[in-house]
Amino acid sequence: MNDIAISFQNVTKIYPLYHHITGGIKSLLFHPVKAVKSLKSSHFLALKDISFEVKKGEALGIMGKNGAGKSTILGLIAGVLKPTKGKIIVNGRISPLLELGAGFHPELTGRENIILKGVLIGLTRNEILKKMEDIIDFSELGDFIDQPVRIYSSGMLARLGFSIIANLNPEILLIDEILAVGDETFQKKCFNRMLSFKKNGITILFVSHSIENIRFICDRVIWLENQNIKAIDITETIVSKYIGNM
Amino acid sequence: MKVTVNMDKRLQHFIDLIIVFTQKDLKVRYKNSFLGYLWSVGHPLAFAIVFYVAFKLIMRVPIENYALFLICGLFPWQWFSNSVSASPMIFLGNAQIIKKINFPRNIIPFALILHDMLHFILAVPVIIVFLYSSGLKPHLSWIIGIPILILAQFCLTYGISLIIASINLFFRDLERLTVIFINILFYATPVFYSETMIPSRYELFLKLNPLTPLIINWRGLFLKGIILWDSIILSLCYGIIFLAIGLVIYKKLSWRFAEVL
Ligand SMILES: Nc1ncnc2c1ncn2[C@@H]1O[C@H](COP(=O)(O)OP(=O)(O)OP(=O)(O)O)[C@@H](O)[C@H]1O
Ligand SMILES: [Mg+2]
Repeated sequence: MNDIAISFQNVTKIYPLYHHITGGIKSLLFHPVKAVKSLKSSHFLALKDISFEVKKGEALGIMGKNGAGKSTILGLIAGVLKPTKGKIIVNGRISPLLELGAGFHPELTGRENIILKGVLIGLTRNEILKKMEDIIDFSELGDFIDQPVRIYSSGMLARLGFSIIANLNPEILLIDEILAVGDETFQKKCFNRMLSFKKNGITILFVSHSIENIRFICDRVIWLENQNIKAIDITETIVSKYIGNM
Repeated sequence: MKVTVNMDKRLQHFIDLIIVFTQKDLKVRYKNSFLGYLWSVGHPLAFAIVFYVAFKLIMRVPIENYALFLICGLFPWQWFSNSVSASPMIFLGNAQIIKKINFPRNIIPFALILHDMLHFILAVPVIIVFLYSSGLKPHLSWIIGIPILILAQFCLTYGISLIIASINLFFRDLERLTVIFINILFYATPVFYSETMIPSRYELFLKLNPLTPLIINWRGLFLKGIILWDSIILSLCYGIIFLAIGLVIYKKLSWRFAEVL
C-alpha cells in the first residue's frame, strides 16, 4: 500500500487576472487590441515550483503571511484549482475546503445545507440522513439548524462546517483558519476530534496563524514565503524559527 | 457483483444530486412560495391574455382559436426562456459551493433545466383544458411526440444555458446581452404568429432560428396531433449541435470557475 496521501511535484500556480475583460464590452469595443493583450499579460504568481509530500495520518501545518499562498495550496489539493505547472497526487477522499466564508447556500437552512454538502462530496441522501443527528448534536446549534444559514454568526457557520466534515468519514481534512472564529469550548471540542482523527490515520492539512494551535495539532509544518517553501520540518523547529523571524 | 452495487450507488447518487439541486432551486427561486407552481402557468397565461387582446381583438389576426394557438407556443417558449434567463447567474449564484468542493459543476444547469421542464410538463393539463373547451381532444400521437420534443428542447436549452453560464463568469456583460437576446428571439420565433404568415423571402431566417422547428412542432402536436418528422429531425440536430458546443465550452472553462468567482 501507498502511504503517501498528498504529493506536490514542482507545482506552480499562476492566477490570470481577469478583471480587464470582466471590465466589460466597453474596453473590448474601444480598445480591442489592448484588451486582448492585457488579457494575456496580466498574471499573478502565487506559488513557484513547490514540492512536498504528506504521509497518511500525518498532520501538516501551513504558516506564512497573508497572501503567502496557503489557501491556494488547499484549493489545489481540494481540486477546485488546477496547477499551472507540475503535478499533484492525492490519495483518499477529500473533505470540502473548510474556510471562512462558509461555502453554504445562504437561503437554505442548516439542515438543508448538510444534505447539499453531503451529496456534493459523493454521499447518497440516505447515508447523510443516517448521520444527520450526529452532525446536529456535534454542532450544538439547536433550533438554529432549521433557520436559513444567512442569519448565522461566523462562529455558527464554522460550527456547522466543522460538524459536517467531522461526521462524514473524511480521509483528508483541509482546514483553513476556520477554528479561529469558534468559541473556546467549541475549539477544544474540534481539537479533540482532530486528535482522534489522527489516531485513526486521517490526514490533516491545517492552515493557521495561531502558533499555539499549530503546535497542538501538527507533526510537521511548511513555512511559505515569497511564493515558495522557505522551510519544511517538524513543528518545533519551524515554530521556533518563525517566532525568531517575527 | 461488486460492480453492480457500485453502479447502483452511482446512479442513486446521481439521482440524489438532481433531487437536492432541484429542491434547492424551488426553494431559492420561489422562496417556497405556495404559488410556485401556479406562477409557471400564470406567467404564460398572462402573456397569452395580452397577446390575445393586442392581436386578436385589436389587430384581428386571421387565426382561429387564437387563445389556444397562443398557449400551445407560449408554454414551451416559457420553459426555454425561463431556463436561459436564469443561466447567466447560475454559476455565480452557487459561487460558495463551487469554490469549496470539486464536483461536476454542470449538474447545476442540468438540474435547473430539469426543474423548468417539470413545470412545463405540469402545465400540459392546462393545454388539455383549453383543447376541450374548443371542442378538440388530445391525440394518441402525443405519446411519441411529447418525449421526442422534450428531448430536443432539453438538449437545446441545456446547451445554450451551459454556453451562457460558463462564458458569463469571464464576460459579465453577457447577462445584459442575454436579456436582449431572449427578447429578440421571442419576436423572431413564430409563437404569437403563424409561420405561414411570414413572407417567403424571410423563410431562411426562420429556419436558422433553432426554436422555430420546435415551436412549430409543439403547436402541430398539441393542436392537431401531427408529427412533422423532417422538422423534428431538424430540432434534434439543433439540440445536439448546441449541446455539443455547450459541453466543449464548459469543459474548456470549468476548471477556472473557482478562480474567477
Ligand atoms: N482567484 C484569484 N485570482 C487572482 N489572484 C488570487 C486569487 N486567489 C488568490 N490570489 C492571490 O494569490 C495570493 C495567495 O493567496 P492565498 O489566498 O493563497 O493566500 P493565503 O496565504 O491564504 O493568505 P491569508 O493568510 O490571508 O488567508 C494572494 O496574493 C492573492 O491575492
Ligand atoms: Mg487564506
